[in-house]
Amino acid sequence: MVNDFAFKIATVNGTGSASANGLLMQSIYRMGIPVSGKNVFPSNIQGLPTWYEIRVSKKGYTSRPAHIDLVVALNPATYAKDVSAVKRGGWLLYDSSWPLDAALARDDIQILGVPFGQLCVAAFAGDRERTLMRNIAYTGALVALLDIDMDVIGEMIREQFAKKRSLLDSNFRALHLGYDYTKKHYACPLPIRLERMNATRDQVLLDGNTAAALGCLYAGATVGAWYPITPATSLMEAFSGFCKRYRVDPETKRNNFCILQAEDELAAAGITIGAGWAGARAFTSTAGPGISLMSEFIGLAYYTEIPGVFFDIQRTGPSTGMPTRTQQADLLSIAYLSHGDTKHIALFPSSPAECFSMSVTAFDLTERFQTPVFVVSDLDIGMNDWMVPRLTWDDSYRPDRGKVLGADDLERVKRFSRYLDVDGDGIAARSLPGVHPKGAYFVRGSGHDKHAAYTEDADEYREVVDRLAKKLKTAEGAVPEPEMHRNGGKISVGIVALGGTHAALLEARDALAANGIEVDYMRIKAFPFGTVVREFLETHETIFVVEQNRDAQLRSLLAIETGLARDRMTPVLDYGGMPLTADFVTSEVTRHLEARVA
Amino acid sequence: MTSIQKPPVRHPSLQINALGLTKRDYEGAMSTLCAGCGHDSVTAAMVQAFFELDIPPHRAAKMSGIGCSSKTTAYFMRQSHGFNSVHGRMPSVASGANAANRDLIYIGVSGDGDSLSIGLGQLCHAIRRNVDMLYVLENNGVYGLTKGQFSASADVGSKSKRGESNVQRPIDPVLLALSLGATFVARGFSGDKTRLVPMLKAGLRHKGFALIDVISPCVSFNDHEGSTKSYRFTRENYHELAPVDFVPLQREITAETEQGASVSVTMHDGSILRFREVASEYDPTDRDAAYAHVRARQDRGEIVTGLLYIDERSADMHETAHTVERPLVDVPFEALCPGKAELEKLMDEYR
Repeated sequence: MVNDFAFKIATVNGTGSASANGLLMQSIYRMGIPVSGKNVFPSNIQGLPTWYEIRVSKKGYTSRPAHIDLVVALNPATYAKDVSAVKRGGWLLYDSSWPLDAALARDDIQILGVPFGQLCVAAFAGDRERTLMRNIAYTGALVALLDIDMDVIGEMIREQFAKKRSLLDSNFRALHLGYDYTKKHYACPLPIRLERMNATRDQVLLDGNTAAALGCLYAGATVGAWYPITPATSLMEAFSGFCKRYRVDPETKRNNFCILQAEDELAAAGITIGAGWAGARAFTSTAGPGISLMSEFIGLAYYTEIPGVFFDIQRTGPSTGMPTRTQQADLLSIAYLSHGDTKHIALFPSSPAECFSMSVTAFDLTERFQTPVFVVSDLDIGMNDWMVPRLTWDDSYRPDRGKVLGADDLERVKRFSRYLDVDGDGIAARSLPGVHPKGAYFVRGSGHDKHAAYTEDADEYREVVDRLAKKLKTAEGAVPEPEMHRNGGKISVGIVALGGTHAALLEARDALAANGIEVDYMRIKAFPFGTVVREFLETHETIFVVEQNRDAQLRSLLAIETGLARDRMTPVLDYGGMPLTADFVTSEVTRHLEARVA
Repeated sequence: MTSIQKPPVRHPSLQINALGLTKRDYEGAMSTLCAGCGHDSVTAAMVQAFFELDIPPHRAAKMSGIGCSSKTTAYFMRQSHGFNSVHGRMPSVASGANAANRDLIYIGVSGDGDSLSIGLGQLCHAIRRNVDMLYVLENNGVYGLTKGQFSASADVGSKSKRGESNVQRPIDPVLLALSLGATFVARGFSGDKTRLVPMLKAGLRHKGFALIDVISPCVSFNDHEGSTKSYRFTRENYHELAPVDFVPLQREITAETEQGASVSVTMHDGSILRFREVASEYDPTDRDAAYAHVRARQDRGEIVTGLLYIDERSADMHETAHTVERPLVDVPFEALCPGKAELEKLMDEYR
């Protein structure tokens, strides 16, 4: 039980518990112990229940915990649910300023009461401070119960309030209120406790949206267009923050970037496309409802071959769905977004580290292939803090601008034909507006020939759309290859997944192996799929496709694109809106395999 | 949009501009609009304006949406970059392009269908952002490409070709722009090229969003008896309020001695706009007065034309965003990427 347990804090949205929870998670991380946190929050500003789950795993597993050892219950409205969430033999810590309903008591768990409310009322003046300090008080109790290093948490509080002396004092007082009371009344620490390790030294705690924003910054994006939407907003906010820090021209103090908050997602897409056409690295970040609105513009960009990066931080659908819950349910719509025959390049990061690296890849791909590129993340990756290796950068990186004819190139050509495939790879060279008179052409979403002239001629039209298909075929070899986890030798069971479920799948694979079930696992990193994906599917007798949506969208996409029979792939679906647990995958796969044997 | 090329024949005596280009160099593909379409007259005025301003065609970006009006970008300045986007959403594409490269000259051509229905929001927000572009709204009160439905600018009581009477109140782009804080608002008539050309030139030189609403009759679906956007109706009811003389920077002194002007407005580039004194009390820098005047005349069934309002002092999109003066597309990657050492330092903040 040392460095291997999970606890959950139940509070009320808007009471300031987020910073206390962050403090707890970061303290554990700074003790060198692998840790992960999931913020389960409502679509509401203030007043509804919210939870924060922290998992401590010496083995380094970071997926959502299947069982909770300790619940900190601070929201009477959810007492019943929170009491029942405690694992048998576990603990419940609650605010004993008010009695816990006897009906909620369980005899298979230990109930610990600390009068946080009363302690804070006695120690602090004013409602706001009392509410805020109650969070630090329960943090103090957990420091005692879990044996969190007091020096580490003290250092963090000092860092946070270095410039606010009065807050620094209050925080320490509150921390000790909880700590001292708990120490005095209970046997501390509990059997679930922490011990310093050295496993996080080269890691950072980072959320996916911040990492993606950094990727955009490092890739040289200059135009960002957006419309606020959960869970994508923090991406552009982070980009804006980084730009203000790193992109202000030292001499003129003017901005080397232009971020436009648009009137809606349609305009955000239009701005991205306009900027991409003019030669800037441009992007927008949105979620499913925004992607729906951008659909028409995406079709235009595909057909007119204009670059632009589109971040889809998925949340649950359909329609408004549950805006603060996670899902992987935009896969099919992204792959073929817009009317007519369209197909798009999409990248599927599995962690904040990949949000960073894949953002850079996305800008290279969008310019190289002159087509919209999607980075398909989700709320769990985007908004939760993950422990990832420190991000690194290679200073020799230069943007891949693709085939762009400069003034000298255009001077040399007899006639510039915008949509002429000279190299046989489906990619025509483009010109940027304003560079040279010979580079001028007309961008049109209506039928056009290889010279960009309007046409309604069947053969001319077909030539262009067939080339577009060829271009996407070329892209199969340029997008990131799947990540393979094989044991070597002949294994008949294969698991396929993508995105943020990766952590759960790595853990599930270990758990299955411990039960004698060896599986190969392939994590798909991009669409369109290449031959490696097809080979993996063809060479495994039993295939499980694990994903977070109701309709097995990844399975459908695999069937459409590879021609493999749908019934050769068993769907393992989790779509309640919560991050995937390894337990779910393990039990589902085991159940299916046992059913087959029976 | 068809692209029938005109034969490259040039008369040796054709006038040339400062760039050594003739007016033919500012023409585009052969128009496929109906013979007599008002939009073609606007096109001709556009050719004249760009020619007279000595604008290198490849430095101009012609942006449009969908519809008859949006086709016209193909009919002038064939050596310019054209962008036919989606219905009503040209303003956002122009905003993005302008964000990326502020040095190009942006001209948006749209129509009443494109701008006042599906594109109304985008038009409003381009005005709000004060994107540096000329926005020409070719206004005929009708959907031509889909054969004669009323548009949002059709007047109450105006008759369709099939004889139906319009019952919904129109959206007037001029009043809309004035109320939204547009920094340049004008109204012209496609049949009056003499006054349209200086208006276009002024709009092109205005730093910020310049809206010119051009009444441009549709000969096929809105030029009949009962229409309030026919040639006959417009000619009989339009009132020139403040005709504009545009005096380019390099010719300023000569022109000034030739004409006396009651109101002069200096543009950002130093060139001057002059309003001849038609209505002596009219002040084109007074937004409220402009609004009231247009409304009062409208109630009498009159169409007020001319440059109605101008504000040369307000900040355009880039000024508001405090962007570098160099186009963002020309900023070298080295100035954009903070580099490895900075990332290492930054990572310490996430430990």
